[in-house]
Amino acid sequence: MEILHYTFMQNALIAGILVSLVAGIIGSLIVVNRLVFLTGGVAHSSYGGIGMAIYFGLPIFLGASLFTVAVALLLAWLTFKKRHLSDTYIGLIWAVGMAIGVIFVDLTPGYNTDLMSYLFGSILAVQHSDLWFMGALLAVVLFTVHHWYRELLAISYDSDYAALRGIPTGRFYTLLLILSALTVVVAIKVVGLILVLALMTIPTHIASHRSSTLYGMMMLSALFAAFFTLAGLWLSYRYDLTSGACIILAAAAGLVLESLWRLSQKG
Amino acid sequence: MNVLRVENLRFAYDREPVLQGVNLEVDAHEFVAVIGPNGGGKSTLLKLIMGELLPDEGSITVLGKSPRQAREAIGYVPQNTNVNLDFPIRVLDVVMMGNPKQHREAANWWERLFPVRYNSVEKRCAYTTLQKVGMEAYLDRRIGELSGGQRQRVMIARALCAHPKLLILDEPTSSIDIEGQKQIYALLKELSRDLTVLVVSHDLSVITEYADKAVYINRSSYTHDLRRSPIHLQQPEGEHFCEIELMQMLAEKTCDCEHHAGKKEKH
Repeated sequence: MEILHYTFMQNALIAGILVSLVAGIIGSLIVVNRLVFLTGGVAHSSYGGIGMAIYFGLPIFLGASLFTVAVALLLAWLTFKKRHLSDTYIGLIWAVGMAIGVIFVDLTPGYNTDLMSYLFGSILAVQHSDLWFMGALLAVVLFTVHHWYRELLAISYDSDYAALRGIPTGRFYTLLLILSALTVVVAIKVVGLILVLALMTIPTHIASHRSSTLYGMMMLSALFAAFFTLAGLWLSYRYDLTSGACIILAAAAGLVLESLWRLSQKG
Repeated sequence: MNVLRVENLRFAYDREPVLQGVNLEVDAHEFVAVIGPNGGGKSTLLKLIMGELLPDEGSITVLGKSPRQAREAIGYVPQNTNVNLDFPIRVLDVVMMGNPKQHREAANWWERLFPVRYNSVEKRCAYTTLQKVGMEAYLDRRIGELSGGQRQRVMIARALCAHPKLLILDEPTSSIDIEGQKQIYALLKELSRDLTVLVVSHDLSVITEYADKAVYINRSSYTHDLRRSPIHLQQPEGEHFCEIELMQMLAEKTCDCEHHAGKKEKH
């Protein structure tokens, strides 16, 4: 328990819980809307925003947020009517975003920060200001999902029917991609942009077998994500390992255990 | 007044028209079967009737209004194959789907705070609608646990919940066993006492046993009044053979219609 006395550890725990709750809720919507690959593209392209923020001397969160939201808007515009071309656009934006980031970091004079922290997370380096940003995003996500739950449920389950009933499916699709982009940005601190997809999909996958409603799936997924994050943090502290990787492996172990348990129930 | 009136309709995705010279009149409480070969324009016609596409020439009116103005009066049941069986959603959620605006208008401030919950009026509406399709006992069941026929009944209940005047079904019995198909068509026949039913189907029993009119669509249209001259299939051995035979017969009549229409235009 002495680890809780350290401020950096307190920040890490709060950040882990806040990000897990956001990732669990938005991750559920991403999975049921089959937007996992698209979110992967947004996550990797966020490196472009990080590179530009470093080059122009802007706060990393701000640079990455603006860039990824712009990417999300672009992808929403490109893919809403042409879902069959999604893979091509996503692959393109995935690679171009990362290339932009690499070039801007190359152009930054004397820059020698550990880039690995953006790729695999650095939860122990979370600042107070980061926590405010994470808390604000959680509030926005909770309000949006709660207030427009019925619209989100309809477009996720049957977007053609939702459109026929007069629900503006395009606007909700764009909103979902923007929230996914912001979730990716806050999750970069915790697990890094490469591992963020796992935090958004593994708890969701487990929760999908244990809920009969989308709302239940989101809540359960958020709780699972928080549990795996805390377990991963403990493993990271105990064995001096990279926190992001520990969190993802804790989630993967949870998934394997849950699958085995489900198989044993069937047998 | 006709519930649905299609006059001299022409529609093309590119240069080559998918539909040309299509005419159709559907009166209240009629049960109309739309048949025709794949690629003949059946699905395009449905999209035009529902206002998803706009005609290049001619007109479509639903209850005297344009399809987009009459959107609230149209109920739609998609193909059975479009359902995501892994989606965590209950029968109750599916039936109540697509009415968020009505919920906000009817709910009090407390109910509006919790859109996830259904109020007693909504639950009663869902229950009585499910009763009409014989699925009231499954209100809280997950949709993925139901059989194909049961799922399709739920989809019909969802469309009925919005109190449509015109119910459109796109191949509602695909991937459902023969007994289930019969039950669905018998249900639709019963529902046509209260509303108008338009069903796209490859199943010939709908024409021989249930429908009041058969509309053959293969770029142009031919309407056959089954109440005046019922169609009896003489070849019970192979369903596929019978379908081809029937299509040929209706196609010949369509050609006759086109020929007469051409003569009229010349005069």
